[in-house]
Amino acid sequence: MTQTPIERAAAATPPAIVTRVKGISDRTLAWIFVAPTIFLLLAINIFPLIWTIRLSLTNYRANRTNAEVEWVGLRNYERILTDGDIWHSMQATAHFLIWTIVLQVLIGFTLAYLINKKFKGNDLWTTIIVLPMMLSPAVVGNFWTFLYQPQIGLFNYVVSFFSGVDPSSFSMIGSVNLAPWAIVIVDTWMWTPFVMLICLAGLRSIPDYIYEAAAIDRASPWRQFWTITVPMVLPFLMLAVLFRGIENFKMFDMVTLLTGGGPGSTTELTSITLKREAFEKWRTGYSSAYAIILFVTVFGLASIYVKALNKVKER
Amino acid sequence: MSDFSVIAATPRQKWIAGSLVVLYAVITILPLVWIVATGFKSPADAIAYPPKVVFEPTLEGYVNLFTTRSRATPETLETLGPPDSWYDRIVRQYGMVISGPSRYGERFLNSVIIGFGSTFLSVFLGTLAAYAFSRFKVPLKDDLLFFILSTRMMPPIAVAIPIFLMFRTLGLSDTHLGMILLYTAVNISLSVWLLKGFIDEIPREYEEAALIDGYTRFQAFRKVVLPQAATGIASTAIFCLIFAWNEYAFAVLLTSGTAQTAPPFIPTIIGVGKDWPAVAAGTTLFLIPVMVFTIMLRKHLLRGITFGAVRK
Repeated sequence: MTQTPIERAAAATPPAIVTRVKGISDRTLAWIFVAPTIFLLLAINIFPLIWTIRLSLTNYRANRTNAEVEWVGLRNYERILTDGDIWHSMQATAHFLIWTIVLQVLIGFTLAYLINKKFKGNDLWTTIIVLPMMLSPAVVGNFWTFLYQPQIGLFNYVVSFFSGVDPSSFSMIGSVNLAPWAIVIVDTWMWTPFVMLICLAGLRSIPDYIYEAAAIDRASPWRQFWTITVPMVLPFLMLAVLFRGIENFKMFDMVTLLTGGGPGSTTELTSITLKREAFEKWRTGYSSAYAIILFVTVFGLASIYVKALNKVKER
Repeated sequence: MSDFSVIAATPRQKWIAGSLVVLYAVITILPLVWIVATGFKSPADAIAYPPKVVFEPTLEGYVNLFTTRSRATPETLETLGPPDSWYDRIVRQYGMVISGPSRYGERFLNSVIIGFGSTFLSVFLGTLAAYAFSRFKVPLKDDLLFFILSTRMMPPIAVAIPIFLMFRTLGLSDTHLGMILLYTAVNISLSVWLLKGFIDEIPREYEEAALIDGYTRFQAFRKVVLPQAATGIASTAIFCLIFAWNEYAFAVLLTSGTAQTAPPFIPTIIGVGKDWPAVAAGTTLFLIPVMVFTIMLRKHLLRGITFGAVRK
């Protein structure tokens, strides 16, 4: 019996495959795969968000479940936006945001620039520098209270060693003038490596031939830096700023454990105010409105920023 | 970099750059070294002035971390006989007896259970969703992906209010299950975005070949894509684990006893006695796993922390 190769191949193919129903369709499978994630996010993110909006229109208090709940319309929002305390915590947040970003960008970019010189052992040192970034912010805040102790703290000791100031004469977390800087220092210590890593990726993305061409054109190193390095790294840097901006706008854990918002309310960032209103004063309705205002602010600012970022990328 | 490169740093430049970076690295690592060292100091050494760099190491901090102790009168100590272990001996020096284990072990275990539970769930769900987003035409794909990412922009405290109420109604407050579900929901955005990036990098041809060989779509996913994505899945898992491990805001608001994780617990160790070595010991044990993971992950670090936006 002679067979063509095709017939032989057909006979060798197990029948199961030929007759098998092709299983569920791609479309159904896509839904089965995506649905659990969407469902979980709806249940634990969107549903609570809608609930927050609803609560924000009431005077509900979570510690008095029996009390009558009244609809107060937009009165919570009105009170928040006309309340001076809110602007106070917004200012504290702005101080924290601006200075952490400025310092982290400056130090992070410089470090990345130096590491990109590819000296021996740069990988090892990069790994060491990166360590603080991955640690628990709460635990970091807690142990920095120890380093900031007047007299016995390492930070005060080192400062006094170099400046000659008495180490027990100042308290980073106890003084109104120093506390806002205490949180900036810890955040910078923690997150500079984040900006550094992103800048490093940016620097490494610049092909050598651009510099070579510039050198042939006799562009000075200074000029090369400002016309090649900086513009090419800028989109990366802006991305780093976006991430740090969003994260620090939400900042809660590290600062709560370091200063608890104090002394007084000098380091009371918006999230800390929110926590006090919601879980200490139990003004659930009021704090829900506050939460919505914060969310809208961060979302709005981030969207504007992303537009700017895309413009820079297009150039 | 080619040998002819005009931009290669000169040895002198390299030397200067190297020493500056090393200087920064030393300064940045100093606080961590200090905390680890404090864990091995006696309480007196820990608060000595000037700060002690050379000291006699002791395990007191660790003993105090894991035990609760009570003061005993000399007569009671007398009746107890000689200390029967090294940790007993340390405690007796202060005229104390060990009255039981502390809660640190439990809280650490909670962190492990909740960390691994939520990591498993978010990577499992994230892989499925990421595959679908990577390979299929999902209606409103970009909107859904952005929606998933945007859930990360919410300040945790803002969502905590209704979640607190919701958990209270459902009886999920202070339970492992509640925390696992919550951390899964927080981590899933990271998991989907990272894994989509990793799966996008696997050539479609492999699966197409498998489909031609008669695999169903699901089999192709399981037997072809999953093994290829193993590294990506592993690093995503570590990122999720680190996040769950480090999380504080939800933990402090939603747990108080049975399901409390280590981060809200560690600050309470200090107590009234200002026992810094015990705090430092608890901190050290808690931070070491993350440091190890960070070193393991260093190649994918950038990708993880930027949700896959920068791939290098």
